[in-house]
Amino acid sequence: MTAMIRSMKDLPSMHLLGAGTAMCAGCGGLEAIHQIYDLIGGKTVFVNAAGCMTLLSTYPFTPFRGGWIYTSMASAPAGAQGVRDALDILLRKQRIARDEDMTAVVLAGDGASFGMGLSATSAAIERGLDFLYLCYDNEGYGNTGQQTSGATPHAACTSTDSGERGYRGWKKDLFAIWAAHRPAYAATVIGADPVDLAKKIERALSLKGPRLIHALAPCPTGWDFEPQDAIEIGRLAIRSGMFPLKEYVGGAVVHTRVPHPRVPVEDYLRRQGRFAHLFAPRRNDRLLAEIQAQVDAYWRGVA
Amino acid sequence: MNRVLLTGNGAAAWGARLAEADYIPSFPITPQTEIIETLERWCTDGEMDGTVVTLESEHSMITAAAAAAATGVRVFTATSSQGLMYGMEMIYTVAGWRAPFVLVNVSRALATPVTLEPDHTDVLGARDSGFLQIHCATCQEVLDSVLIAYRLGEDARVRLPAIVNEDGFYLSFTREPVELPDPDAVRRFLPPFRSRGIEFRASRPISQAVAVLGSAPYSYFRYEAHLAALAALPAYDEAAAAFASEFGRRWPAVEAYRAEDAEIVYFMIGSFATKAKDAVDRLREAGRKIGLVRPRLLRPYPEGALRQHLLGKRAVIVIDQNLSMGKGGVLYAELASALYGRPGAPLLVSFVGALGGRDITAEEFYEMAKVARQAADAGVAPEPRLLYTAGELRELRTLQAIAGAERRTIT
Repeated sequence: MTAMIRSMKDLPSMHLLGAGTAMCAGCGGLEAIHQIYDLIGGKTVFVNAAGCMTLLSTYPFTPFRGGWIYTSMASAPAGAQGVRDALDILLRKQRIARDEDMTAVVLAGDGASFGMGLSATSAAIERGLDFLYLCYDNEGYGNTGQQTSGATPHAACTSTDSGERGYRGWKKDLFAIWAAHRPAYAATVIGADPVDLAKKIERALSLKGPRLIHALAPCPTGWDFEPQDAIEIGRLAIRSGMFPLKEYVGGAVVHTRVPHPRVPVEDYLRRQGRFAHLFAPRRNDRLLAEIQAQVDAYWRGVA
Repeated sequence: MNRVLLTGNGAAAWGARLAEADYIPSFPITPQTEIIETLERWCTDGEMDGTVVTLESEHSMITAAAAAAATGVRVFTATSSQGLMYGMEMIYTVAGWRAPFVLVNVSRALATPVTLEPDHTDVLGARDSGFLQIHCATCQEVLDSVLIAYRLGEDARVRLPAIVNEDGFYLSFTREPVELPDPDAVRRFLPPFRSRGIEFRASRPISQAVAVLGSAPYSYFRYEAHLAALAALPAYDEAAAAFASEFGRRWPAVEAYRAEDAEIVYFMIGSFATKAKDAVDRLREAGRKIGLVRPRLLRPYPEGALRQHLLGKRAVIVIDQNLSMGKGGVLYAELASALYGRPGAPLLVSFVGALGGRDITAEEFYEMAKVARQAADAGVAPEPRLLYTAGELRELRTLQAIAGAERRTIT
């Protein structure tokens, strides 16, 4: 990889991840993985947790140039531990050459990352495991039909929170949970901002230890929008301030994009069927104000 | 010859050390913990060139174990009871990775009620997973079985992980004289780990454990694993023969004790089989033609050897230290399926007992022999029986009465 990505011109022109996978049209998760894979390359073992992306490798095909192993929903970080430890043992005992080494990359959705897999993730960070953790976050259990997960935003309608108020809880702050562990690195990214994403991958690759890449993954089927709108929805997630782009490195959090002025959250919500109940048959001003107030409070804290 | 006093847990640790396990993911649980503590100390002191990592659960521990095996190193791990249950998703999952490693399970009864002492319901929960299972009756057998399990699991025809089982407390914490095999002889018996292409290397990338779409590839892989487990039957006999010629100790898939001319035999697994042997000796002194048949190998199930030992007997006393709720003993049901419809099939007499570490007394062994003899004479198998004495029930009722009285005095 060449040094220092500054603009679109510095991004790789070769695409490494194969096409023709079983993902939905307009999948924001796959979009991010494409961009990330171009940068991290094939000397990687993707250790997968149960989720949409489990279907990327379906026997006897795979879009990956490097390694892949499916584990379970809860234990992908432990799989990465086994792979990393085994490679370290083989290197130390000189049973493999140094250039046979590979990077362990956990690939997990928000269901695994925010919920069932948190214990294994927390412990892998505790142990200082040298790995990348790639979370594609489509804010629900996507491959089972978008049930509420720990990543579901306030008031979103899901197949398990279908009432007029949608989901009553608030999206869990995975970035803060990671940062509280003092990892080597943590960042939020989105495929709709490829330069910001690439800079963060570049930084992550320059470090060792536990590193989180949390990608918001606009999901046409789960969020209910047209596939061709995926990029636009992603941009609105950033410009509205709903999904802050930031990184944690060396103990400090830095916002890499500060939307100014922020567009009203309404502009983001209105484009998605999962929030349609906030606008029709009656406009739900109270819920809209709650969401806007929460975003405003977040950014007041950033100043 | 190097004879030392070792607990079953010490013997298990020595098995891992002599096998030169590279990687030991661990998690503490009674009564297994001594195994991982012993290995950690050896690795820290440099007596063993292994890496011990403590995971945060058995689910993660088994994932890490298999992922490391799938990357090409020799792996050892151990657990018990609830730990095995907590990791059970991964027990079933990783068997299909075809990346062999050895897990010692120190049997302990399952909740509810939660307890510490042993029975075999925990390990039988892993019965259908694809893990091979070797069951031990002595500390020596634990050590030797770990070595045999590595050779068997790593056999090119097999490529499956293996569980070596020892009873909590009765073996795990009981010191017995154990012969430590010579490390050079172990290296002859057990060559270095070979990944046979199941590994992660930058120059030869592969995908492992990928999803399938549809039933045809699914059935294909499940049948492959089943056939590999069946191939472990001849592979086991070869490994046991090689072990006997290297170390002089015989560990057949099925142990038969004074069974050849016996009319009635006890049939059981684990350390209590040594109690059955004692009962056999006493009953033989009293002129009874009785013996013991003990499968060491439970997966794959050595049906051929069992038929050879049991067809033609008058009765088999099946003692299950496990309980399948609403059915009964697991060993009983499995043995019935192996013998049913075969000429000379013996009458099977089922007893369930020794749950949660309960003893089986000599008197109970004699009584079971008497029941079996009467059943054989009558030609009718009695209903399965749950071992429990009037004395035990009385003791429990007394405790309940005392607790009830205490409660009434404080309220």
